[in-house]
Amino acid sequence: MRELRYEAPKTLKAALALLSGANGHAAVLAGGTDLLIQMRAGRVEPGLLVDIKNIPELTSIVAEDGGFRVGAAVPCMELVEHEAFANAWPGVIDAVKLIGSIQVKGRATVGGNLCNASPAADSVPAMIAAGASVSIAGLNGGREARVEDIATGPGETSLAKGEIVTSFLLPRRPPRSGDAYLRFTPRSEMDIAVVGAGVNLTLDDNGTCTGARVSLGAVAERVLLVPEAAAALIGTRVDDAALKRLAAAASAACRPIDDKRGTREFRIKVAGVMARRAAEIALARSLSDLAPTNSLRKTARKQKSI
Amino acid sequence: MAKHHVTATINGDAVEFLCETHQSLLEVLRDELGLTGTKEGCGTGDCGACSVTIDGRLTCSCLVLGVEAQDKSIQTIEGMAAGTELHPLQRKFLEHAALQCGFCTPGILIAARSLLERNPDPTEEEVRYWLAGNLCRCTGYHKIVDAVLDAAREMRRE
Repeated sequence: MRELRYEAPKTLKAALALLSGANGHAAVLAGGTDLLIQMRAGRVEPGLLVDIKNIPELTSIVAEDGGFRVGAAVPCMELVEHEAFANAWPGVIDAVKLIGSIQVKGRATVGGNLCNASPAADSVPAMIAAGASVSIAGLNGGREARVEDIATGPGETSLAKGEIVTSFLLPRRPPRSGDAYLRFTPRSEMDIAVVGAGVNLTLDDNGTCTGARVSLGAVAERVLLVPEAAAALIGTRVDDAALKRLAAAASAACRPIDDKRGTREFRIKVAGVMARRAAEIALARSLSDLAPTNSLRKTARKQKSI
Repeated sequence: MAKHHVTATINGDAVEFLCETHQSLLEVLRDELGLTGTKEGCGTGDCGACSVTIDGRLTCSCLVLGVEAQDKSIQTIEGMAAGTELHPLQRKFLEHAALQCGFCTPGILIAARSLLERNPDPTEEEVRYWLAGNLCRCTGYHKIVDAVLDAAREMRRE
């Protein structure tokens, strides 16, 4: 067996120096729920593991500019149990809750889910729909990027050698905003998305949609942001006609593969259905901000039963 | 390469061990420390047979490196009974015949205790959701869920 070095630096600077100074492949170890399995299967053979869980800014959730900064090495269960975050971003929590078992969520991180670059990653469409950005650190300085610009293909990212995603920034939410994530899987737990859809929208006080983001997982080589699907909602009251246009635009954006989990044709059709249902949940959640006497509330209640 | 020298707390006792980088916490528990109550099922985090808690957080020990246990507090099935007195969950598993071959049982008991620590009054659905990461090929799960709900009732002293 090849020699495998392990380091657990306490500062970001030390972690970056280790990654840049390594001969051969150095891997960032966060939760390890993907990496350790890939190593045992011989798919990756790092000579150095840099454990980033002892670096405080990578493992904390803090308020920032009315939004949240989530460390890339925060385990999923900590995010799920963070009440303020869960109230603000229920769609991100929908997605995070679907990642593996409670045991896996106890270790797995949202940063790892992004950098593992699976097209079927559950948290990624929700983060893209939320408009989240990431901070990236490197020895030559830091940069910011949109979540949708990290994965470039299965297992491939736009990160340069030695760069680390350190945190996610979820922006301040305008009032009357809601988000949701849904996926299609043959069983309800412990499965991998055949199609995933994240929708985030904001209404004005008349119930007209003023902003929307739609993202689809497992229908292309990477998770997609679908502006055409969002455009179908903006300026409408998210009525049936708008939802039909959203579904059609979502299906049109898909370029999936055929595999054991779903055929190309099935994924294209189901992407529209999932996007529509996620939009209906996001709508109901955004309406819960409107006055209780408003007739829109009734629509919300009706739509919760979908 | 020199082995890592790791100090941790296991079931309340300070322990130290030596391990190679690639050794999982599960391998360390079983092969280095002789704590064989924790089982290896799949080795890929799908079956939950190797469930332990690390600093109170339910985890598959096959997905953790031994060296990552440095300064952590780990709870395994060996720490569940108080001497000869079984934990209520263990007693209820016997009463309800919630096990047959028993291979998945340590992991399920650890997972169920972790649930009841957070939620002393779970619904059946909440029990099934929490235990979705623990596979049992014998019981069909029904008796396991009954035993957990019954233990929860007793622990609430209803």
